[in-house]
Amino acid sequence: MDSLRPTRIVQAIWTPLVLTVALTSFVAVIAATGDGVLARTVTDALIRMVLVIGLYIFIGNSGVLSFGHIAFTMIGAYATAWFTLPVLRKSIALQLPAFLAESQLPMIPSAIASAALASLVALVVGVPIMRLGGIAASIATLAVLGMFYTFYTNWAAWTMGAATLPGIPIYVNMWVALGWVVVAAFVAFAYQQSRFGLALRASREDEFAARASGINIWAQRLIAFVLSAFFLAIGGVLQAHFLGSIAVKNFWLALTFVSVAMLIVGGQGSLTGAVTGTAVVSIIVEVLRQFEVGIDFRGTLIQVPLGTRELGIALVMLLILIFRPRGITMGREIQWPFHSRQPLTERPPRDAHVSPISSLD
Amino acid sequence: MTNLLQVAIDALALGSIYALTALGIGLIFGVMRLINFAHGDFIMIGGYALIVPSWAATATLFIGTWPAPLLVAAVSLVVVLLALASERLAFRPVRSAAPSVLLITSFALSYFLENAVIMVYGGRAKAVNLWPGLMEPILLAGVRIPKLQILTIAVTLVLLVFLVVFLKRTPIGVAMRAASEDFRMARLLGVRANRVIAVAFAVSGVLAAVVSLLLVAQTGVLSFHMGVPLVLFAFVATVVGGMGSLAGAVLGGFAVGIVSVIFQVILPIDWRPNRDVWVYGMILLVLLLRPTGLVKVKSIEERA
Repeated sequence: MDSLRPTRIVQAIWTPLVLTVALTSFVAVIAATGDGVLARTVTDALIRMVLVIGLYIFIGNSGVLSFGHIAFTMIGAYATAWFTLPVLRKSIALQLPAFLAESQLPMIPSAIASAALASLVALVVGVPIMRLGGIAASIATLAVLGMFYTFYTNWAAWTMGAATLPGIPIYVNMWVALGWVVVAAFVAFAYQQSRFGLALRASREDEFAARASGINIWAQRLIAFVLSAFFLAIGGVLQAHFLGSIAVKNFWLALTFVSVAMLIVGGQGSLTGAVTGTAVVSIIVEVLRQFEVGIDFRGTLIQVPLGTRELGIALVMLLILIFRPRGITMGREIQWPFHSRQPLTERPPRDAHVSPISSLD
Repeated sequence: MTNLLQVAIDALALGSIYALTALGIGLIFGVMRLINFAHGDFIMIGGYALIVPSWAATATLFIGTWPAPLLVAAVSLVVVLLALASERLAFRPVRSAAPSVLLITSFALSYFLENAVIMVYGGRAKAVNLWPGLMEPILLAGVRIPKLQILTIAVTLVLLVFLVVFLKRTPIGVAMRAASEDFRMARLLGVRANRVIAVAFAVSGVLAAVVSLLLVAQTGVLSFHMGVPLVLFAFVATVVGGMGSLAGAVLGGFAVGIVSVIFQVILPIDWRPNRDVWVYGMILLVLLLRPTGLVKVKSIEERA
C-alpha cells in the first residue's frame, strides 16, 4: 500500500498543510503579543481569507470571473442571524415565521445550515447562469448580486431593511476564523485535485478541447459554483458573529471589489495565490490605514488624507494587472520540495530523447 | 388611453438612457472585448464636472451656469479626456490580455475613480439644479409630459442616427466596424489599432457625457455612486441584447427600460420598491431561454 505511506500522504496535502502551518504560527505569534486591536485586524483578514478561498474555488478553477458572490455572503450572514438571535430580540426586531421566531440554534449547526441555504440559492441561480459564456456569465452574476441586494434592502420584516441588525451573538475570534480558513483550504484543495476540479480546470485551459473530451462544462461549473457559495456564506456567518451586527449595505460592490482584488493580486490560478493575495492586500491596507490615522516619526506626524487606503488598493491592483497579470504566485502552488531525493533509477534516462535540434543549443 | 401614452413615454425615456449607456459600453466591447465597468464613473464624473470642486455640502455650479451649447461641449470634453486617459494609462497596457483581465482592470479603475471623487468632493450626495425649466410639463394629447422626457427621447434618436451615419459613412467608422468583426485581420489590412480604439473611447465618452447631463437634469443629485445602477442595467442590457452587437445593445437597453416601467405599473404598491428584483429576475429568465441574447453575433463566440 504505497499510497498510505506517511510521506505520500504529506506530499499529497503539502500545499494546504504548509499554508496551515504558516498561518497557525502567525496567529500564535499575534496571540502571544496580547495586542487586542491587532488580533481584531488579523481576525478580519482571516474572515476575508475564507471569502477569497471561496471565490477561488469557482473563479480559479473555472476561469470565469464572478462579481455576484457577495450575495451568498449576505445570505449566509442574515441566515445565521435568523437562526441564532435570542428569541426575545428576534420578536422585537423582525417578523419571522414561527419555526424561526421561536427557536435558537447552536452556533456550528447554524453556520452549516446558513451556508447550505446559500449553496441551495447558488444551485437555483447557477442553473441558467452557467449556460452562458465566460463574460456574459460574469455580468449575469452581477445581476444576481443586484437582485439580492435590492431584495434584502426592502425585505424589512426579515432583514430590518436598510437599518443595521444588531445583537447577533459574538463568538468568532482569531482561532475560530483560522479554523474555518483551514477547513476552506483543505476542501478547496481536495476539490481541485478531484476529478471534478480537474475537469473544470481542463475547461478553463481549453473549452473546446474539454468539450471534445466529454466534459460537461455546465455541470462542472455548477458544482464549483455551489461549493464556492458555501464558503462565501461561511465568511458572512463569521463576519456576523465577529461584529455582532450586520447591514445590507456592507454586502455590495466595495466588498466584492476588495475580495476579487485579493484573489487577482495573489494569482487567481492557485490556492496559494488566494491565501497570499489576501495576506498581501490586508497588510497594504493596514499600513495605509496606519498612515491615515497618522504615524509619529521622530516627532513629526506623518499623515495621508482619508481615502488613500481605497486609492492604494485600486492602484496596487492596476499595477499588478499591468505588470504581472497572473498575480504574485502566477498560478503556482507551493510544491513538494524533496523530489531530488528519489532514487536515480526512477528517473527516465536524461539523454534518451534528445533530438538533434535541441542538442544544438 | 392617456395613461397608456404616459407609460409609453416613461418607458421610452428610461429605455433611452439605458440604451445610450449600453451603446457606450458596446462600442468599446466591439473593438477591444473590454466590458468597461468604469463607464458608470465616466457618467458620474461628467456630472461632477458641472460644479466647483469642494467638500461643501451645497454644490456651487461652475460649468453648470454656462449657456447650454458651451456647457454640453465642456462636459463632453472633460469626459472624453478622461476616457482617453483611462485608455492610455489603464487599458492599453493590458490590451492583449484575456477579456476577464480587462473586465477586472475596469473594475479597479472604477474603484479608483470613485474614491478619487470622494477625496476631492466628499462622500455625501449633493443637490444641483441643472436646467430647472426642463421639468415643466407640456400638454401632449391630453397628457402632461415633462419636457425633459421628450428631450431625452429626441436626443437619443438624433445620437443614434449620427452614430449610424458615422459607422457606415466615415472611413474611421468603417474601420471601427471592421475592427469589431476581426481585429487582427483589420490590422493586417491597414487599420491602425491605437487610432480606432482611441476613437471608440472618445465616442463612448461623448455618450457618457450626454447621459450624465440627462441624468443630473432629471434627478438633481450628484453622488459618487450615481453611475453604478445605470451601468449594472446597461451591462445586463448588452447581455440581453447579444454581446458584441450595437443594435443588440440599443435593443437591450430599451427592453430593460420598458420592462422596468411595466413592472413599476403592474406591481402592487407594496412590491414596487422591489421592482429591480423582478427586472433582474426577468433578465435571468431571458438568458435561460436564449443564452446568446436577442441578437446573436457569430464573431463573439469565445475562444481560448
